[in-house]
Amino acid sequence: MSLATGTADALSIYGEAISSRLLLGTSQYPSPDILRRSVEASGAEIVTVSLRRESSGDVKTGQHFFDLLKSFGARVLPNTAGCHTAREAITTAQMAREVFETDWIKLEVIANDDTLQPDVYGLVDAAEKLTRDGFKVLPYCTEDLSVAQRLVGAGCQVLMPWAAPIGSARGLMNPYGLKTLRAFYPDLPLIVDAGLGAPSHAALALEMGYDGVLINTAVAKAADSVAMAVAFAKAVEAGRIAYRSGIMPPRDMASPSSPVAGLALL
Amino acid sequence: MAKIDIIGAGAAGMWQAFLLSRRGHKVTLYDPAGTPSQNCASGCAGGMLGSYCEGEPGHEEARDLGLEAMEIWKEHYPHLKLNGTLVVASPRDVADLQRFGAVTQGHTRVGVDEISALEPALEDRFRDGLFYKDEGHIEPFVALEYFIQEAAAAGAKLVAEAWEETDADVVVDCRGLAARDHLKTLRGVRGERVVVDCPGVTLSRPVRMTHPRIPFYIVPWSDNQFMIGTTAIESDDRGPATLRSVTEIMAAAYALIPALGEARIAFMDADVRPSFPDNAPRIIIGKTQSGRPRLYVNGLFRHGFLLSPILAKITADYIESGAKAPGVLLEDNGEW
Repeated sequence: MSLATGTADALSIYGEAISSRLLLGTSQYPSPDILRRSVEASGAEIVTVSLRRESSGDVKTGQHFFDLLKSFGARVLPNTAGCHTAREAITTAQMAREVFETDWIKLEVIANDDTLQPDVYGLVDAAEKLTRDGFKVLPYCTEDLSVAQRLVGAGCQVLMPWAAPIGSARGLMNPYGLKTLRAFYPDLPLIVDAGLGAPSHAALALEMGYDGVLINTAVAKAADSVAMAVAFAKAVEAGRIAYRSGIMPPRDMASPSSPVAGLALL
Repeated sequence: MAKIDIIGAGAAGMWQAFLLSRRGHKVTLYDPAGTPSQNCASGCAGGMLGSYCEGEPGHEEARDLGLEAMEIWKEHYPHLKLNGTLVVASPRDVADLQRFGAVTQGHTRVGVDEISALEPALEDRFRDGLFYKDEGHIEPFVALEYFIQEAAAAGAKLVAEAWEETDADVVVDCRGLAARDHLKTLRGVRGERVVVDCPGVTLSRPVRMTHPRIPFYIVPWSDNQFMIGTTAIESDDRGPATLRSVTEIMAAAYALIPALGEARIAFMDADVRPSFPDNAPRIIIGKTQSGRPRLYVNGLFRHGFLLSPILAKITADYIESGAKAPGVLLEDNGEW
């Protein structure tokens, strides 16, 4: 059946075929053991890691954790979480390239510690410089179209707009803006990055045509992380299949699904 | 009566020395960094005995062992404070508090009146909290000294030198992260703290604050000293505390109790806690070079002081009668 997800419906990111549309973050789990089981249960092929948060400044000291991530067999996507300026983010990206031997970088430049809102000026600046330096940039951005255009202009071939502030579990706060972005870039891989709390949020993003979602806190802080990873994986798959199947648009009046012949017309 | 060598004079080794010598064994405690050790994760502890607060999903084993350990603390430590733990959140972070309450046990919801009655220093600034009435706290340095002295009084010999194999019947290896030479899966989880003196402030119990970015706790010690601690970073870095960490926790502590703004900083430091991949503690039954039993007591993670008594009891029971402790006491299968 052509609708099945998997290799036949792979997502292409910078030329790499990725079958799982669920990306998983690796921070805040109760233990490395539960993290490993959650990644396995999710089927995620890309896991993100914060170089800064897990290394207290000196990247060598986080090596044990980084080696653990590499042992999962998933592609490790380092991020620049915690960076407040383009310069900081660029330095962190360069360190990440050495530690993880990858030119992929999930670029985060944070404007405000309480909202963890992207600093879109610094983001575009860093994206331009990193792209010139040979990086393949996956920017954490807002759903703002003008920012998206700048990022695409800077060479980003994937965008990762937020649904809501990181860790807030609020779901898709601006579905209209996200739809506009999707409509404007029908062929660019778009991955909803932050703010999803329930698997239904993830399903909705995929139903809207988003190519994937990145989840961290909602799985890491669940009472049962491993089971929640499974729930998100199923929701992502359901959302994707539904999108490809053609979702029925809402209508104003009831439309009977069984024949009405022979019944009284009221 | 067995002849027992204990290696490592942190919280785990100290409790082993105390309990085993009390039970009549001939104990020698070794640590080249002194007895108590001046170079161990326990030296950087806060001293919270929070069996319920530490019992979030994934840590059920530590919680259950912690509840047993509390009974041993009560039996043996006269300076134990049993005033519970208070967890609060600012209004905007109440969702974090709700989540914490939903995944932990042993608490009651408290409102503004109860919070300010429990801890007048918090005044009426917090409307939502959780009170874990059965938890306790101790002062790490004081406890280490006490149990070392009691062990010595019970006949334990203290040797401030590195251990080399003797004719002891059993070796209990409590070296923490240094035991990574034998236990390959051990890793470090870094914690940082600031200790302040603040004569104007009184707290009766540890206060934790849930926060999405900077969850932290403040533990009252004697003489108006407070330990402010935070962070569990996946890192082996034993280097000094970073500016970012201490700035964040000091700002958070100041937000919790504005009067702490006048506190004097006594010191700040950091260390790493020895942890297995599932963050659960274990006693692994191995062998010394000459084939004698070598019991590795390790992986105490954030629960060094809390869990040391129950691990000492399990060790003693095993040495005396071969008693089993499923899930905790394990044969060395070479995979640790």
